[in-house]
Amino acid sequence: MNALAVRDLHAGYGAGLVLQGVSLDVAEGEAAVLLGRNGAGKTTTISALVGFLRPRSGSVLVRGRDLTGAPPHVVARAGVALVPQGRRMFADLSVREHLTLTARSIAGGWDERRVLELFPALARRLGNRGDELSGGEQQMLAIGRALTRNPALLLLDEPSEGLAPKLVREVGDALVSLRATGLSILLVEQNLGLATHVGQRVHVMNKGTIVWSGTPAELAGARDVEARFLGV
Amino acid sequence: MSPELAFLQALNGISFGALLFILAAGLSLIFGMMDVVNLAHGAFYMLGAYIALSVVRTTGSFWVALVAVPLALGALGLVVEPLLLRRLRGRHLDQVLITVGVALVITDLIRLKPDWGAEVRTLPPPDALAGSIAILGNDYPVYRLFVIAFGVTLALSLAALHRRSRAGALIRAGVDDAQMLSALGVDTDRLFAVTYAIGAALAGLAGVVAAPVLGLQPGMDVEALVLSLIVVVVGGLGTLGGAQVGAALVGPADTFGKVFVPQFALFFIFAIMALVLLLRPSGLLGRIRVIR
Repeated sequence: MNALAVRDLHAGYGAGLVLQGVSLDVAEGEAAVLLGRNGAGKTTTISALVGFLRPRSGSVLVRGRDLTGAPPHVVARAGVALVPQGRRMFADLSVREHLTLTARSIAGGWDERRVLELFPALARRLGNRGDELSGGEQQMLAIGRALTRNPALLLLDEPSEGLAPKLVREVGDALVSLRATGLSILLVEQNLGLATHVGQRVHVMNKGTIVWSGTPAELAGARDVEARFLGV
Repeated sequence: MSPELAFLQALNGISFGALLFILAAGLSLIFGMMDVVNLAHGAFYMLGAYIALSVVRTTGSFWVALVAVPLALGALGLVVEPLLLRRLRGRHLDQVLITVGVALVITDLIRLKPDWGAEVRTLPPPDALAGSIAILGNDYPVYRLFVIAFGVTLALSLAALHRRSRAGALIRAGVDDAQMLSALGVDTDRLFAVTYAIGAALAGLAGVVAAPVLGLQPGMDVEALVLSLIVVVVGGLGTLGGAQVGAALVGPADTFGKVFVPQFALFFIFAIMALVLLLRPSGLLGRIRVIR
């Protein structure tokens, strides 16, 4: 069974249709990447997956369970965790509260202690508020917060956004180590380096549909894909 | 004014500020979480006072009313939010309008109920707090001191709950970004309903506590609504601290305004509000809300 199966998803805002038939699978334990230019529909795809945006048609299955159009908390409780675009820290919550308030504890799973092992930099900041952190710390906390949900599927929307190259590498290494634990991941990125570092399967998106799918190695050989759908 | 009289007026002002805090806290809480200015807040306050009147007539106990009224108003809030506000989610103006409708229905029902009715009613303070004590050679009503103690205790308890409890953390997170909170597994529909219920319960509580001081009469809902709006605008919408600061400022200002320039008392607090809006549009403790 796939961790995520999206079929012919149509969604949009107001009268406009942004997603025009998105279909994609994330296999159990796989790290998939969604690549594409600004406006290709990547974040809209995430919004439709997590329940922020109600799809017009199509279906979303998580581990075989139909979650099409379900409200966000139902999607979350079905095992989907989101690291959102812009990180969306709670300004009035401490770092510790971020890691405990919405945690879903399971035996041997992710908790505050394990997140701090993955991101030791957060340990010094436990008492700080969400809006007192640097961009890199916020990104670590956003990932840590999602991990305390002990998800079956982790969605990340442009975690490299606004980070210095060194921090992008750190986030990439953390994601690779998460991949090694068998966690299913769908990573939305514009940063090709991070995408191919983390992803085992790449989906390229353009104008609301998936226009190319393959492995990172295949993408490296497909110059025309990069030029047509990814370059600036 | 003699120093003694000034001190007593200061006590009056603080006592009124304590009342205003209880009243405004609920309004601020609901706005912070749901972005809805709950214009039924004054009607909830009024309903609380009249239910207290009936409870005291039936049971003879003010203290029963002090517990029963917030529970009753909280239950009402738990019905109103899912029934009326939820289906208008995302349409803020429509939500605000429907709270006006709720207010009109409540005040009309109060007018129609014969033993509540359209005339002025009084609710005596409980026997234990009915008398006066001598302060600086003047008699001062014990009940007003109780109002101060009650308001301050409530403010401290709410602040502690807000800072330390899980419910408080959920509210802080929800005020900041309810959608993100829902993506982390929290049922925000339920959180909104509970928040609205707490706000309504606080309005009802204010109605009970205020009744022995301010009495019960038609129009008390609008008066309370306007005052609580001024408090939250001055203090900063959506934060508990804002309600505290706003009430601490507006209560004494209103009292001293009435003493010094009785004919301009209302002008006085509106002037404070205008000044705050001019210098700090988000209120003294208001956080600037970032629109995503």
